Amino acid sequence: MSTFNLKINNKTHTVEVADDTPLLWVLRDHLNLVGTKYGCGIGQCGACSVHVDGNVTRSCLLPVSVAKDMDITTIEGLSENGDHPVQQAWKDIDVPQCGYCQAGQIMTASSFLKNNPNPSREDIRNAMHGNICRCASYNSIEEAVKVAAEKMS
Amino acid sequence: MESSNNKIAFSRRSFLKTSALASGGMLIGFNLFNACKENVEMPIDLSTLNYNDFNAFIKISPEGKVTIFAPNPEIGQGVKTSMPMLIAEELDVLWEDVYVVQAPLDTENYKRQLAGGSQSLRLGWEPLRQTGASAKQMLVNAAAAKWGVDASECTAKQGVITNAKGETLGYGDVVLEAAQLEVPEEVTLKDPKDFTIIGQNTSNVDIDKIVTGKPLFGLDYKEEGMVYASVLRPPAFGQLLESFDATEAKAMPGVIDVITIGEKARDYLENHAKDDNYNSWTAQLSKSDKVVVIAKTTWEAINAKKALKATWKDDSTLESTELHDEKLLALLDGTNFKTERKDGNVKKAFAQADKVLERTYESPFLPHNTLEPMNFFASVTADKVRLVGPVQTPEPAANVVSKMLGRDIKQVSVEMTRMGGGFGRRLYGDFVYEAAEISNAIQKPVKMVSSREDDMSTGVYRPAIKYRIAASIKDGKLTGYHLKEAAVNVNMYGLIPNFFPAAAIKNYQVDTANYQSNITTGAWRAPYTNFLASAEQSFFDELAEELGVDRVQLHMDLLENVKKNPEPNIKYSPERLQGVIKLVVEKSNYGKPSEDGVYQGLAVYYCHNTHVAEVADIVMTNGEPIVKKVTCAVDCGIVINPLGALNQIKGGILDGIGHTMYSDFVFDNGVPQSNNFNSYQLIRMGQTPQVDVHFVKNDIAPTGLGEPTLPPIGGAVANAIYKATGQRLTKQPYMNNLQAEEVVS
Ligand code: FES
Ligand code: FES
Repeated sequence: MSTFNLKINNKTHTVEVADDTPLLWVLRDHLNLVGTKYGCGIGQCGACSVHVDGNVTRSCLLPVSVAKDMDITTIEGLSENGDHPVQQAWKDIDVPQCGYCQAGQIMTASSFLKNNPNPSREDIRNAMHGNICRCASYNSIEEAVKVAAEKMS
Repeated sequence: MESSNNKIAFSRRSFLKTSALASGGMLIGFNLFNACKENVEMPIDLSTLNYNDFNAFIKISPEGKVTIFAPNPEIGQGVKTSMPMLIAEELDVLWEDVYVVQAPLDTENYKRQLAGGSQSLRLGWEPLRQTGASAKQMLVNAAAAKWGVDASECTAKQGVITNAKGETLGYGDVVLEAAQLEVPEEVTLKDPKDFTIIGQNTSNVDIDKIVTGKPLFGLDYKEEGMVYASVLRPPAFGQLLESFDATEAKAMPGVIDVITIGEKARDYLENHAKDDNYNSWTAQLSKSDKVVVIAKTTWEAINAKKALKATWKDDSTLESTELHDEKLLALLDGTNFKTERKDGNVKKAFAQADKVLERTYESPFLPHNTLEPMNFFASVTADKVRLVGPVQTPEPAANVVSKMLGRDIKQVSVEMTRMGGGFGRRLYGDFVYEAAEISNAIQKPVKMVSSREDDMSTGVYRPAIKYRIAASIKDGKLTGYHLKEAAVNVNMYGLIPNFFPAAAIKNYQVDTANYQSNITTGAWRAPYTNFLASAEQSFFDELAEELGVDRVQLHMDLLENVKKNPEPNIKYSPERLQGVIKLVVEKSNYGKPSEDGVYQGLAVYYCHNTHVAEVADIVMTNGEPIVKKVTCAVDCGIVINPLGALNQIKGGILDGIGHTMYSDFVFDNGVPQSNNFNSYQLIRMGQTPQVDVHFVKNDIAPTGLGEPTLPPIGGAVANAIYKATGQRLTKQPYMNNLQAEEVVS
């Protein structure tokens, strides 16, 4: 057990956990930030995606000891009022079915669009390929990323 | 179909009650599928809403805002949005003024609180609208009394009542008076052409919470003092726990205790299960003792479980996929069948045939893999058993737990959370029983959490199935059709002998047989037809070729036979099936694809009360078929929420493509060979086509969409792959069975 100061959504949180605890479970169990989801625990599904120093990262694979000095953003902190262009596009298109994967999809899309504000269809499909949606809302996700890109440009 | 004047008389008093709320406003309680019990009291305080006597409540506030409290949770099919739309339509309020609140379900008496199935909307279509219309009539009656005019002179629209003089009152202005009135005996439902909410694109009512990551799902649910449990179950179907060593696990950080469970579940199985037929499904999952790590956090529980050392003993055969293949093929070759339907004389037709076409179609077991793994909260105390989480069948879950723990059913409550997918898995309550048994043992609130590995490898699977389909041909005509099914545990066909092509072919026979396995099986999205439709629709493609007739024409002609010789037991409508075929052919340019290198396959099917036709366009990329586009024609009657409907239709098709092309699930000596997404393939965005959906427009009562578009797509894809490669794929997943070969055109 060690004490870590984590900078999450512009606030500093102190937790006492084992060094190898994945950031995912620190967020969910210790900090009550349950928007970040568990889907596989092995980096395969993307449900646990968060931003770490601006880059999309799978929090199930990131030990808290590595995350400690980094700038972490979760779905809860993506925007003040839930109005990030990607969140708005998700609402416009009404993307979610069960909704479980969507926080991860939104975090992946928002990081991708920051680096590639004018994506082609292929760019979008490649960027989102790592995120599983078991309900297969893929057509809507693709459309919403396109709409978000338009909103952001 | 709706009668033309839409006037429906029924004893509304028996299912609707009202009261004036102490805090102001009118409360309507209603009971959809059963009459209310005599002398039930309506609450006058929102904190005492009781769902024993009512399915749901509507509150109309003095400001005219409408709140619908419904305990049915959302599983991903959009019913939490579309069912309130039906009430709001007939109540005639602005959708912006409607709030939908997920109500807790705290009752011993759950009347059809079943979340799921394409059934919910179909069953709720009339009663929900009647409820809205009754409430509207009461508000109008109250306003008319206030004005001293006849109610027939008043109209109501978007929450405002207007009289002949043009004076207006808002719903909120008359709620207190309306609450005192008698429930009207007869109401008029709207003509579909006057709908203003039904048929409009309406966003999911939880959308804001979902996109901002608010706690909604079972896995997000927490209570003060709650601990976490990770359960070690037998690694192989057929094994039981022999012994274990928890020394190392107990020394790991956060671990509170290591216990075993199983006794209560076994006691239930031995002494009560025979009275409850639903529980036989998951019996195998409750046979063994299980080792449970109790820890302070999820991670610590899951991590410490890996440090447990357990030995297992064989209790029954450890089965492998080769054994299943062998057994099912032997059943198909044998004579031991149950005949589910028999028209004419198939034997004779085959004996006299010039030619017989016979094919065998094969499909693997499939796990559900809901993205939110199985989990449940339980808090067992001296006077109460509280259960909270994602389960589709709260009533059986409460019943089993009450018997397991020897509690009065009245002490047991189940609260349903939003569910991170269902696909059939959450119909089975094994994870609820585990949570309850753990909490009972430790006397603490606990959350049982399955890891992905647990979830995938100790599941309730879509059983492996094989079909053998044969057609007899005489003088170039189809004379007989014989379908045999061999399934693991449960026959799929047995329940649907009246689907297409039944009644379309004079000599027609369906036979089933099954092999009893110790692997747990159950319903999986679009149960009964999810593979059957693929198999039959592939067969028809080959049959049309064999007969030398156009594929579309073959179906049209067969459906024409049904129209000429109507058969009362038939579930599908030949006209509606012909309608979707025509529409899909037109929209997809079937038969004359616009681009070179595009190959098209067609499939047509009826299931879950909905008629569907699909065309898959594939292209070959590096020798691999890629589905580029799917055109889908759907006849589901009135489309309540097009936005939600499209989600369901497209999701069903893409899910179907993924499972027919890529997903495989193999057993080796009882052990599933896949347990996470690195060893089990789910469809991902790069593999998905654009789905282009077209609705047949009519005023027929709506049917569900969560399931019916999935089954046929496997057939459409196989038929397209045949055109591209010359290979008739009969075994799923297709990508494991496609021979790398030159593309033929
Ligand atoms: S939970 Fe992290 S990638 Fe699946
Ligand atoms: S919406 Fe259900 S997993 Fe994506």
